[in-house]
Amino acid sequence: MGDVTLRVWRGDATGGDFENYTLPQGEGEVVLDVIHRIQATEATDLACRWNCKAGKCGSCAVEINGQPRLMCMTRMDTLPEGTVTVTPMKTFPIIRDLVTDVSFNYAMAERVPALLPPPMPEGGYRMFQGDVERSQEFRKCIECFMCQDVCHVIRDHEENKQHYAGPRFFIRYAELEMHPLDTNDRRDLVREDMGLGYCNITKCCTEVCPEHIKITDNAIIPLKERVVDAHYDPVAWLGRKIRRKTKVSAADAAVQPLP
Amino acid sequence: MTNSPYEHHEYDVLIIGAGGAGLRAAIEAKQRGLKVGIITKSLLGKAHTVMAEGGIAAAMGNVYEEDNWMVHFRDTMRGGKYLNNYRMAELHAKEAPDRVWELEQWGALFDRTKDGKILQRDFGGHRYARLAHVGDRTGLELIRTLQQKVVSMGTDVFMECKVLRLIHDSAGRVAGCVAYWRANGEFVTFSAKAVILATGGVGKSWKFTSNSWEGTGDGHAMALWAGAELIDMECIQFHPTGMVWPLSVRGLLVTEGVRGDGGVLRNSEGKRFMFDYVADMFRAETADSEEEADRWYDDHAAGRRPPELLPRDEVARAINTEVKAGRGSPHGGVYLDIASRRSAEVIRRRLPSMYHQFMELAGVDITREAMEIGPTCHYIMGGVKVDAETTATKVPGLFAAGEVAGGMHGANRLGGNSLSDLIVFGRRAGIGAAEYIEAGSVATDFDLGEVEAAIAEALAPFERTSGENPYDIQRDLQEMMQSNVGIIRTASEIDEAIVELEKFSERVQNIAIKGGRAYNPGWNLATDLPSMLSVSKCTARGARERKESRGGHTREDFPKASAEFGKVNFAHSLPQGANWHDEISTNPVPVMTVPAELQALLEEAK
Repeated sequence: MGDVTLRVWRGDATGGDFENYTLPQGEGEVVLDVIHRIQATEATDLACRWNCKAGKCGSCAVEINGQPRLMCMTRMDTLPEGTVTVTPMKTFPIIRDLVTDVSFNYAMAERVPALLPPPMPEGGYRMFQGDVERSQEFRKCIECFMCQDVCHVIRDHEENKQHYAGPRFFIRYAELEMHPLDTNDRRDLVREDMGLGYCNITKCCTEVCPEHIKITDNAIIPLKERVVDAHYDPVAWLGRKIRRKTKVSAADAAVQPLP
Repeated sequence: MTNSPYEHHEYDVLIIGAGGAGLRAAIEAKQRGLKVGIITKSLLGKAHTVMAEGGIAAAMGNVYEEDNWMVHFRDTMRGGKYLNNYRMAELHAKEAPDRVWELEQWGALFDRTKDGKILQRDFGGHRYARLAHVGDRTGLELIRTLQQKVVSMGTDVFMECKVLRLIHDSAGRVAGCVAYWRANGEFVTFSAKAVILATGGVGKSWKFTSNSWEGTGDGHAMALWAGAELIDMECIQFHPTGMVWPLSVRGLLVTEGVRGDGGVLRNSEGKRFMFDYVADMFRAETADSEEEADRWYDDHAAGRRPPELLPRDEVARAINTEVKAGRGSPHGGVYLDIASRRSAEVIRRRLPSMYHQFMELAGVDITREAMEIGPTCHYIMGGVKVDAETTATKVPGLFAAGEVAGGMHGANRLGGNSLSDLIVFGRRAGIGAAEYIEAGSVATDFDLGEVEAAIAEALAPFERTSGENPYDIQRDLQEMMQSNVGIIRTASEIDEAIVELEKFSERVQNIAIKGGRAYNPGWNLATDLPSMLSVSKCTARGARERKESRGGHTREDFPKASAEFGKVNFAHSLPQGANWHDEISTNPVPVMTVPAELQALLEEAK
């Protein structure tokens, strides 16, 4: 087998540049393997995040040839021949080399109102597979934040981070909205403070999701519909005036009391 | 209380580690009105707990009504070959169901039975289908649920912060710790009335491992250095099914759920070989023909268990033997076949991550072809010796829960018992720490001398203009431990390992680091290596002393279990004031005596 060349961005918040590393090719390797070999030999201070190396933790998200990818799940032999360019995620501030400051996401997580379930009956809640599956899809999220990285609302507009939660948190809000046990209502919050309206459903987030979550179709669009139903439907508007908290449909209250 | 010259924080309870045990401990301490801080080497939500796939063992009886805590207790003790701290196994079996139901109140969404209860799946060594699960990503569900609960409670989390050493007060109580921020390399001190270790495992010292870079035994080592005892360190679980190809993913975990859901093991001759490896202890309850085993999947009353679902130590040894006898697969494993046994639709629904993992990393479609698998270093049963009720260690103010604690699993852990361990003993650690603080005799000062010593040692590699590359040391250590203290051990190899480990200690003291302190992985590794060495030394020493084969410790020169060694745990400790590279002492301590009423449960099973 021949050689592989990685063109890796090296630097910190004050600036940096690309550096080329050429190594012998290894069988079946992923990009993270090559980065590890560089770390173990010529650049022991090359910074990158990784944990599980199995596509389950979402730590090693970077941009490979300009596309958000997990380094641990990107086989070298699936990339076009020639130099492979590895850069940090563009949407977040640089810490060092391939490591970015993703604290924006943790700050957004703190603003999510928690699940508010009814008291648990003796022997546990009863929920049905069909009812939990919708939220289960969103709970597959490994928090790689590549959907946040690719979302142009914040990728190209730093100022929007103040009032835009981003796709990762839209699926979190959708998950809670569709959670069979939840009694909280977050629709006003999502509309007013989380900037759901800024999303113009270009589906970039769905395309990069390593868990293949249908972020746009299954989370953002239904969430937009619920917000619209609540705010612009005159009947719902009146209902809301009378009773502050109302769910969109009875199907959401799928908690079955024990016989 | 302190006059630390570094960035300093004060807490009632300080938790080191943000996996399942650490987060569950934080919730408990927080609910008791205490000021809680959590420190993690990685980002929140990335802990090794996410790698757990199969499920959480809890005798809820949702699938088989006959199941109850007594059967779970019995299974755990038998799986552990009776080396367990029986009281931990008892509390674990009794409390696990409540801990699982609690997760649902915090948002977890498990797969359901037809009547809407939590679905439970079969796993090795568990008599009944007992594992609450979400497909094959149960660990992620657990971590996310606990993470979201912790965040909603407003707990302080210090991310990408590596703890170097525990700090004492002048009376020898634990008073906090010293750490550094990975992002900028600056040091930070924490003082606390109680410290809970929840740092996970040690698997990164072996070459083929399912563990991430974090599994360097930091908590095990820090407890040892702080005066606590480690027990059963020779008991290491090699999970039978890790990927073997491509080489770059060798060791990556393949869930036991594949076998729980009908997958079988075959050698290169196509033979379902596990029927040849049923130990006497399990013969009465294990099927002796393929037909009988296959009936069992649909109805546990219609046949006995398939031998593929024996405890992990048994299966791993069998695979090892088949490969050594020349009946292995092209890349040195055996075949795990579910493709010929379940429909593609069922496989994709029940095992989505496995489908994905093999498709993307190995180019293998597991709905059409068998997987090539072999044993991988997965879990350490040994750990810090703790009190079952409170998780307190020998050092006042220091608690330990999860994989870092020893005793619960004896010589071998059953699959599914780790996630339940985290939530049962994570909660107990939170309670134990709270009660310790309430009792009032907590640390009164903070030994800055210990802080300065730890910092000086951490910075030493920058002072050296020439020296060793820490990655070379790590690679050599992994190869040495894999070949000398691996799945099958023998006296001469263990002795060699003990000699080699002393040389590694010297090499670590001669590391030179290039670059600065900000996010420098070479330096980060250099600060992990002392932990890896301390833990490896305990493992090697325990392995030398235990002259028998039991659970996760197999001696080629002593292939049978011995009644004499079944009565002792080996405990490791360092003398007060010792350095990490000083001589460890190893002593036998008696295994806890099981009280008569519980012994009766175990006798019934025999």
